[in-house]
This record gives sequence, C-alpha cells and structure tokens, in this order.
Amino acid sequence: MGGLTRREIIQLSGGGAAAAVVGSGLLTNWWGLDANQPMDPKTDGETVVGSICELCFWKCGINVHVKGGRVTKVEGNPKHPLSRGRLCPRGVGGPGLLYDPDRLKTPLIRVSERGTQRFREATWDEALDLIAKRFKEIAATHGPESIAMFQHGFGATWFVHLMKAFGTPNLAAPSYAQCKGPRTAAFNLTTGSHLGSPESVDIANSRCLTFLGYHLGENMHNTQVQDFSTALKNGGQLVVVDPRFSIAASKARHWLPIKPGTDIALLLAWINVIIEEKLYDRDFVAKYGHGFDELKKHVADKTPEWAWTQTTIPAAKIRETARFIAGFKPASLVHPGRHVTWYGDDTQRLRAVAILNGLLGNWGRKGGFILPTNIALEKVPTPTYPKPKRAVADRPRGKVIPLASAPLAAGVRDASIPGTADYDIKAWLVYGTNLPLSLPEPQKTREALQKLEFVVAIDVLPAEIVGWADVVLPESTYLERWDDLYNPTYEQPFVALRRPAVAPMYASKPGWWIAAELGKRLGLGAYFPWKSARQYVERRAKLSGLDFEALVRDGVIVGKRQPVTVEEGVALTFDTPSKKFEFYSDDLKKAGLDPLPVYTPHPEPPEGSYRLLFGRAPQHSFGRTANNRLLAETYAENEVWINADVCRSLGIKDKQRVVLVNQDQVKSLPVRVKATERIRNDCVYMVHGFGRREKKLRQAYGKGASDSELVTRSVQDPIMGGTGMNVNFVRIERA
Amino acid sequence: MAKRYAMAMDTRLCVGCTACVLACKTENNVPDGYTRDWVEEVVSGTFPTLQLELRSNRCQHCDNAPCVSACPTGASYIGPGGVVLVNADKCTGCKACIASCPYNARFVHPKGHVDKCTFCTHRTAKGKQPACVTVCPTSALVFGDRNDPDSSISQLLRSRRYKRANVEAGTKPNMFFLI
Repeated sequence: MGGLTRREIIQLSGGGAAAAVVGSGLLTNWWGLDANQPMDPKTDGETVVGSICELCFWKCGINVHVKGGRVTKVEGNPKHPLSRGRLCPRGVGGPGLLYDPDRLKTPLIRVSERGTQRFREATWDEALDLIAKRFKEIAATHGPESIAMFQHGFGATWFVHLMKAFGTPNLAAPSYAQCKGPRTAAFNLTTGSHLGSPESVDIANSRCLTFLGYHLGENMHNTQVQDFSTALKNGGQLVVVDPRFSIAASKARHWLPIKPGTDIALLLAWINVIIEEKLYDRDFVAKYGHGFDELKKHVADKTPEWAWTQTTIPAAKIRETARFIAGFKPASLVHPGRHVTWYGDDTQRLRAVAILNGLLGNWGRKGGFILPTNIALEKVPTPTYPKPKRAVADRPRGKVIPLASAPLAAGVRDASIPGTADYDIKAWLVYGTNLPLSLPEPQKTREALQKLEFVVAIDVLPAEIVGWADVVLPESTYLERWDDLYNPTYEQPFVALRRPAVAPMYASKPGWWIAAELGKRLGLGAYFPWKSARQYVERRAKLSGLDFEALVRDGVIVGKRQPVTVEEGVALTFDTPSKKFEFYSDDLKKAGLDPLPVYTPHPEPPEGSYRLLFGRAPQHSFGRTANNRLLAETYAENEVWINADVCRSLGIKDKQRVVLVNQDQVKSLPVRVKATERIRNDCVYMVHGFGRREKKLRQAYGKGASDSELVTRSVQDPIMGGTGMNVNFVRIERA
Repeated sequence: MAKRYAMAMDTRLCVGCTACVLACKTENNVPDGYTRDWVEEVVSGTFPTLQLELRSNRCQHCDNAPCVSACPTGASYIGPGGVVLVNADKCTGCKACIASCPYNARFVHPKGHVDKCTFCTHRTAKGKQPACVTVCPTSALVFGDRNDPDSSISQLLRSRRYKRANVEAGTKPNMFFLI
C-alpha cells in the first residue's frame, strides 16, 4: 500500500518536542467538588466524573477519569444520547486545555495601551471592584444599554443572566449572524421551526443524504458523525456538493464540484427537475404546501441547462442527481448545514434547501427532519429582568433588517464605533469568544476596541481578545466547574449536568462565581439567590422533579423516547402565517424581499486571484483549540489547499510556504501549501483558527495562516443580517 | 481454541479524525511527540475523478512477527491472544526490531525502551475494548478473536472484502482493512 509512512505523518503533524505538560490538579478540598466520587471498578483506582464537554458547542456527555488529583483521560459517557460512549478528537483532547501551560492564571489589569498583553496581576476583589465601578459609571452616563456582551459557550448562561439583570439588550453571539442565523431564519419562514441544536434531522435512518458545503467528518459533530456512519453502513446514499473533495465527498455516490457561490442555481434546477418530472411528494404538497404553483412558475426556466452555465455542473449530472435524490423520498434528507454565512443571500439559499426538502416530503419523517421535544426544566426563581430602555444597537442608523431574531454581533461591534448606530456602545464584556478571529472585517473590530471606554475579557487562555481588554478574568475550564443543566430538544430527550472533575487550578474561578460576585457589586445580588452553582443546579433539578443524585452519578438523566415522526403518530403542524409549509413566503413579500429564492451571480475572483474558502479540521473548533498541545499532536498547523494545476502554473510546490494577499492588500502569515487534486482551480481553502499572532499562545503562535485576517469584506444578508464571508479573494505570493 | 486477537478497520466509514490516535495517547500515557497509532490518507486520481482512502493504522500483531525474531534479548514477545508486546525491562533499545518491522509501528520511548501498540491488553484483560476502538465516532474499528467464528470480527472478515499491508513480507499481519 502506498501513502505516507508513519514517520512522515508524525513530522507533518508537527509532533516534535512539544512542551511538557505542567501544573497539577490541586488536592485541596475546594467547595463544590464532590468528596465521594464513584469509582469505576474497571479502572485502576481512578475516579470517574460524568460531565459535559466544552471543546465545541455540541455538548457531548463525558466521563472524566481522575487519578491522584489529575485528569488522566476523557472518555465518552455511554449513557449520554449525544456521545453514546464515543468522542471526537477534541473531546479526548480536554486535558490539553486543562493543563495548557499558557492558561490565564490570575486576574489582570492593563498597564499599557490596548492591543498588547501588558498587564499587572490583580486580586479578584480589585479586578471585580474595578469592573463594577466602571460599569456603574458608564451606565450612569450612557445607560446600561451602552454596555454590550459578546459570548459563546455553555458557561455564558451565568453572564447572560447578569447582563439581562443589568438592563442591556446587547447580548450578542457570533454563532447567530456569523454562523447559523440564515438557517434559523429560512426554516422559521418556511416551516415555523428553527431546527435547534443538535439539528432535528434523522441522519441515521436516511436513505439518501445530500450535503451542500457541509463537511461532516471534518466538522466533528459527534452524534451526527456516528449517525452518518450508521447511514453509510446501512447502505444509505450520499450526494455531496462542494468545490472541495471533502472527506464526505470521498464517500459519496455523486460529488458535484460546484463553482463557489452558485448553489442557489443548482438548487433551483433540482427543484425544476423534481417539479417538471413530477418526482415530488404530491400528498405532502397538496396537504401542507403553501404557494406551490408560484414556486412551479418561478423555477420553470431554471433548467439544468441554465444551471450548468452558472455552476459548471453538467446538465445531465444535475438531472441525474435530482432524480437520484427524489428516488429515496421521503427518507431523503438535504442537510441544512450549520455554518452557512457565505455570500449574503444565505437565507434565500437556505430557503431553497428547505423548499427542496418540502418537495421530498421529508418533514416529520423517518430519515428526514424529525420533531423532537425536550425535558422541560423549571427556573430557579429570581427577580424579573428590567426592560431595556432602548432596542439593540446592532445596525446602522435607520437600517431595517426585518427578520433578525437575535442581536447581530458584527453590528454591535460596528455600533461601538461612535456615530454609527442609534446610540453608541461604550463598553464590552467578552465571554469565551475571540472576537478578532470570530468576526469578519477585523479592521473594524480593532477600531471599535480602540474607541471603547472599557473592555472586560473572561477567558481561559490569553487569546487575542485578551490583548484588548482592560481587565482580564481567568475562568476555570469546563473540567473545573459547575454549570447550568442542559436539556436540548432531541429524539431521546435528556438532562445533562456539568460538574468539576478537579478543583480550579491557579487563581482561576468558575463563571457562576464570577457572575454572582459581579452581580453583588452591581447591586444585583437578589438575582443570585444561591451560594454555589451546585446548590443552584440541585435546586433546579429538584424543582423540575429530577433525581439529582442520579444526575450526579451518571452525568445524565435520559427521559422516555418520544414519538418524533409521522410514522410514530406525530401530527404535522406548521407555525407559519399560513399554518402550512411555505414554499412561497408572504412575510418576505410584505417586507419587500423575494418571496421565492432568486439566484444572483456573485462577483468572481479577478485573474490571478482565488476565492478564499474556510472550514474545519476534526481536531479543532473555532480559534479556541489551536493552542491545545494534545490536539496539536495530530493537527498543529493549517495549510492552504491549492489545486495542483494552479500550483504547477504558479511554479509552487507542495509543502512550500506562501503568503496570501487579499483584495485589500492584507497579507497572511506564511502558510504551507497543500498542492492537491482535491479542490477546484478557482478557490483556495484553509482550516479556520490558525495563523495566531499572540505570542502568549506559545503553541499556536505563528503556525499557519488566519482566514479571519483575510476576511476584510463581508456581504450582509438583507433578511436577517448575517455576514457572508466567502466573498474575499486572495493572490498567492512566495513567502 | 486459543484466542487470536485481530483488528478490522473499515476504510469506508473512517473520516480520518484521529480520535483513535489521541485516545491511545491519553489511555497509554504516550509521551509528547510520539503516537502508537496513526492515520494514513491516500488520494488517487485527478480532479474531478478522485478516490480517497483513510486508514487508522498501528502494529499489525503479526502471526509471524519479524520484530520478535529480531530481538536479541527476548524483550519483544508474543503474549496471550497472539498480541506482540515489549518487556521494557528486558529491552536495551538496540532498535533491531524497529529495523525489522515493515510497518514502522515501533519507536524508542524517551525512557530508552521500544514502545508500540499493545492492543490495550490492560483493557481487554478486563473485558473492555482497546481505547481506539471505544472512542471511534464512526465505529470503523472492530477488535476481537479471529478464532471465534461468532465474533464480530470473524463475521466481518467473512462478509467483507479486505486487504492487509505488506503481506509479501510473510508477516501474516492481523490488521485487516475493509474496503
């Protein structure tokens, strides 16, 4: 067999002499840590703590093994419906975060201008007092609305609670307008359901899966990867539309290497064939469809021959795949994807995806979209939140974005540049999101950060955002803290618990404690009527009728499986204006927007430039795992994928280092070339989260290149305000 | 009949995520910069007619293990279930086994002895699966007794096509790649 040898692989993955893991779990009896951990009889004296992973947003159930006060390994919790005993590499890599020698260790207060990590160490009292004083001053002058919060991660719940109590509506998360927001808007418009997370899709039972730019297997949504494998094992078919021969594409019956930016043309042509050839689910359309005739008229001229001129996919292939996909209905699922902010018309593209699924009649069907429920939880009573006096400041003055259902993070950032929005944002509280990498147009993020009066960062690592904060609070990792209960909608409803496996290292503190201490100092103590998060979750579990001891013992309480499909007796209802599945959207029409998805060609890269695309590696989430030395053992540095022919014509060799220069003359750090047949010749591709410039991230510093730096432009979605980011072009220069 | 442990790896299911590699590292405390298993990615063809094969690979626990014959001190030996193991106390780190292994499955541990995949004998002795098998999100790895006709691995090897690496070396490897 050919291929790389083990030694080459090790070399490739940068597995040289990595820094030794330092620090040890404290053996002190820290409050909140259980004294009597259950022992796993099959392990050698290790205690096993059931908890929730936080290396990404999926929140798998984990069993954390602890020996001598140290976490030795993390395994999947077999009882947890999302992990089923298995984990992705990131989940396994948890100890690499816990024992990262670069962790923030004490509270810090800035001693120089913003933009560098020059701080003095401070006590918790000093840091918290300073934040409370500044927040009160800014609120007194500009109103509490002028303080915005940016957040990502499950631990954010404590701070969302705090800032709602404080009275600001500006609670923004890049996970909406920089990620799945267009999908939320499109499915809300079409079906009245926003799909949630985990997405309500039945991958395992699907007989045909269609992915558009969805690189499952490289994005390791653990449960979905398991279900994907099950579907393939059971003979499920796969159609992948991607400019890149992704891992999923390599398993597909049909790979359509589409020209980037033309997906709507392909979708309309598929819809055209399915309608013209009467391949759609006629019962579903007759019973539940709204505006089918308008749709039919709309796509009448969107033939495969027309789509070929846009997508470069041959008409015969478009016809063949349309018939193929329709042949498996209703257990034929066109996956809605997750990171879908590509070109600024993303809600319309996702509308086309939803419409195609409607034609396949897979709504509420086995192997299609399912209708899951959750285990409802009671709230621990706290005072009512004050009503913010002003609306969210997340768009230019006077601009209407009709269907934004959450604050737009990039818009709140822009409102921090004085004179942009209805009122100015004056201060930020940033929790767990590295804004210089997670927002497009980093030049605006820098400008905002220079203009703000006060910036607080709560983080585990000295990420780039920390270098812009006036006060830095070191949070304990997910392996050292309690958090709220987790009860998503899922086909197998459950409630899961996060609890500490070891005591917090250094002077780090858990988020719940930080939020409560800040609350006290801001005069909001009444909102935190609990002594500890343990007491809080115990009270919440008991109020909700859950067996708290079982939750602690198993990490999860699994409810009764509920019917989730028509086959299991669920009646279909649609929470839309017509109470039907809306092929045609009256709401969009009323808002002056296209009621049916319209294809618009997007600007193409000029001669000598290539469209910059980005995605995931299985080992990494966002920018938050690049410094993890354990994960770096198998993926330490990203590379830029360039078509092999393009490399030949440019005289560039595989593994050579190049610099990418975008249309605004912004240059990347040197990055290794992956000269490959696996990508089209009009685009290049990188894994997100690398090319770090913060020296305190000693593992990640200077490795690879950052797509975020090159995304100096974005196109805003007129429906919900998402930022399309695949609109930047790069030249390739020798490093 | 005596057990004959083997592993089947389904190249059609593997996504190359390397969870197997990292789970092995934490399970076996493999030192920084070293791994006992690894993922191979082989691309063939030209755009747009391409093929990609992913393989999670490790020591093949050969029936006819050249490393065991090459070892001058008896440190490399065949343990219960046919698993090829290294007795660190007897190993002098001479690297004869490393030179003899056609799979590049061995390395010198910073402590001086040779190290490699053990099929997680410490786990299988307690009725568990090897760490790489347990973690795999795609269930691409199947471990078991090839001498038990009812084991999952025996059934898979009867029903699926497979290939093995470097069979021409006469090693009789026990890693089976399902294709």
